[in-house]
Amino acid sequence: MTKTPHISVQHLNVHIGNQHILKDISINIPDKKVTSIIGPSGCGKTTLLKSFNRLLDNTADVKIDGKVLVDGEDIYAPDAEVTHIRKKMGLLSQRPFPLPMSIYDNVAYGPRIHGIRKKSELDELVEQQLKATGLWNEVKDRLSSSATRLSIGQQQRLCLARGLAVGPEIILGDESTSALDPVSTAIIEDLFISLKEKYSIVLVTHILRQARRVSDHIIFVYMGKIIEFGPTEEVLLNPREELTREYAKGFIS
Amino acid sequence: MRLLKDKLLSKLMLVFTLASVSLLVIIGAGLYYKSIPIIHRLSWIELVTTSVWKPLKGLFGFYPFIMGTLWVTAIAIVIALPLCLLTALYIVEYAPARVKRILIPFVNLLSGIPPVIFGVWGVLFIIPLIQLHIAPHFVEFSTGYSVLAGGIVLAVMIFPLIVSIISEVLRTIPQELKDASLSLGATKWETIKKVILRKALPGIIAATVLAISRAFGETIAVLMVCGNNADVPHSVFDPGYPLPALIANNYGEMLSIPLYDSALMFAALLLFIIILLFNIISRVILARLERKLAA
Amino acid sequence: MKRRKLEELFFRILMLLATTIVGGSFFLIVGTVFIKGIHYMNLDMITKTPGGGFYIGKEGGVLNAIIGSFYVAGGATILGLLISIPVAIYINMYMDGKRFLSNTVRMAFDVLFGIPSIVYGAFGFLIMVYFGLRASLLGGIIAVTLLIIPILVRTLDEVIRTVPLELRDAALSLGSTRWEMSKVILRQIRPGIFTAILLSFGRAIGDVASVLFTAGFSDNIPTSLREPAATLPLAIFFQLGSPVEEVQGRGYASALILTVIVLIITMLSDFLIKRFSKHKI
Repeated sequence: MTKTPHISVQHLNVHIGNQHILKDISINIPDKKVTSIIGPSGCGKTTLLKSFNRLLDNTADVKIDGKVLVDGEDIYAPDAEVTHIRKKMGLLSQRPFPLPMSIYDNVAYGPRIHGIRKKSELDELVEQQLKATGLWNEVKDRLSSSATRLSIGQQQRLCLARGLAVGPEIILGDESTSALDPVSTAIIEDLFISLKEKYSIVLVTHILRQARRVSDHIIFVYMGKIIEFGPTEEVLLNPREELTREYAKGFIS
Repeated sequence: MRLLKDKLLSKLMLVFTLASVSLLVIIGAGLYYKSIPIIHRLSWIELVTTSVWKPLKGLFGFYPFIMGTLWVTAIAIVIALPLCLLTALYIVEYAPARVKRILIPFVNLLSGIPPVIFGVWGVLFIIPLIQLHIAPHFVEFSTGYSVLAGGIVLAVMIFPLIVSIISEVLRTIPQELKDASLSLGATKWETIKKVILRKALPGIIAATVLAISRAFGETIAVLMVCGNNADVPHSVFDPGYPLPALIANNYGEMLSIPLYDSALMFAALLLFIIILLFNIISRVILARLERKLAA
Repeated sequence: MKRRKLEELFFRILMLLATTIVGGSFFLIVGTVFIKGIHYMNLDMITKTPGGGFYIGKEGGVLNAIIGSFYVAGGATILGLLISIPVAIYINMYMDGKRFLSNTVRMAFDVLFGIPSIVYGAFGFLIMVYFGLRASLLGGIIAVTLLIIPILVRTLDEVIRTVPLELRDAALSLGSTRWEMSKVILRQIRPGIFTAILLSFGRAIGDVASVLFTAGFSDNIPTSLREPAATLPLAIFFQLGSPVEEVQGRGYASALILTVIVLIITMLSDFLIKRFSKHKI
């Protein structure tokens, strides 16, 4: 059985201002697996991630060449519909950014925008996603209170629920546990592991231990180029490339 | 020796500083002191709610002037707020850098134009506009000198203030928050409507309050175009007589008619108190916003 | 989806419209004054004082008002600086131990900044009456000084705050007193001081309500502080109030003169600001 890649990047080049950030990236992100992107800071990991949901478009002075195929369609095609593409992806950023509204409204925000108005449908969706992220029992009695009152760990789970509520196929995480305490981090990591049954997950992380714990595949990016890609154990413990070996050295020893 | 000089100078500067700050109190006290005669004659409530203004007979009803001020200010805010909000949104969220570089200086230049020039412009441009082109659709006759004219002129005067405050508030909204909304599939406008405006609301309110306080006190420009008729306005095309205009127009007779000077000082006191309150409220809101951001 | 895009398009158009109105009003105003005023403009206007019957259409110009305005604004600026510089220095150099105090003082000045000129005019009038002064150049200077002190303090304060903390601390740790440090800072921010001067001068010269009660009016150029002084804004106001068309027209020309003066000042201060920031570290 052939595994069709969920995201297929073909010869992606990204320039921001005068700098060539991503250099001829070609990679296939596997379907319904967790793939982590690792590498030293500042070499393009987040840029690569943001190119998947076209959030990169909003960066000043940005120039994007190449193709990114999601489900076979190039998201950078001139007639591509940006909001439609973004709906397919949920983004979890480094620090939680709850919208300035109640917990309920945060989760219902996406569905409402995409046309779901009936209260019963929204109620169901909100409950479903809050349960999926393990928040339901903690917040079910205060759904109408402001989302900013939650603890950071809860806020991040709320953002995850919010992202799931629009029915994406792919989850993107940008160092999404780096602002959290160890307990919340563990909860989120467990969530990623369980969610991969339904979603393809791409995570940017600089915590190698996390990458090992959570992911099936690893991409090692250095200076805007993909150095190595493969199953987790291989890349981390028995890498082919010299650079990868250097980077993972601290982890192995 | 150097230390002594330093100490002396610092004491001197302290005196200056305290004196300047206490100016607030001194002005308020001075105005109040001068208003006492008329407050003794007629109570605060009578002064503020009656409409008869016959100084020679000792009748001082400030109600028409208060209403005049309110009408002109309300019209100015109704015109200026939406326009400036849209402009600020455009400048911060949509405008390319080239456009911003040309646009922003010209909005700011507006704030440097002396009020009397606005008045001249009002007489030259707005009055005929209203008299010949706008009013005929609505009323039988209008000279053009109206609260509408005052409101329009005021609105243009407060454009730069509102635009600059709202722009600043908008700029403090973190990009990641906007990204969060966009990642969910919202359009830029939806993000503005549902996220940005909500976050910016306190700042927008503060800007409005500040603009109101500025509009309340503007004297000369409004005086030149609003008719100076001491009746309560009933429509936008009626003339009005705001408080500052009252003070400005009648200072000449102030000393010759008994109680007149006290009445005018009372008007100034009213203005002072209202503007003081609005100013403080808006500054407090803005300061709290600043602190929340720093946290 | 179509509806969402349409809504965005609708509001984008609205935004562009609003921006054009707001941005274009400057041109509208200056343009109107220019067009109407240039018609009545001649050299006499800026070189002569009003002759007899000026206000009913005979000869003369507004030199009295031009000079008067410069005297009032100039005097007020000098007096204002004398008070505001020490205050701004005090807030920044001597008060920075107590954050709460300095913030309260700053807020007090912000509030003073928002008080309309008519209140300053009325208060200035009260002071004059109290001291037995008549409407005069001195009275006008006093009232306008009160008006511009908050502007000066605010601008100077902002400028001083741009001097990096390390610079201040460095000199202090070398053992200089706060006063000596202040002198150094003042030298450093000289362009900023010029900007503050220009800003408040521009405000002072264009304001009516503060000089209305306090400076009086005169057809002559004042030769002493006790004489009444004409000011441009008042001159404009009076001329416009005349039933004679010729005089009204000269009012427009006077408005043109005032606008040009203020525009020059504004552009000068903008230029200085740009020049100042270029040389910043």
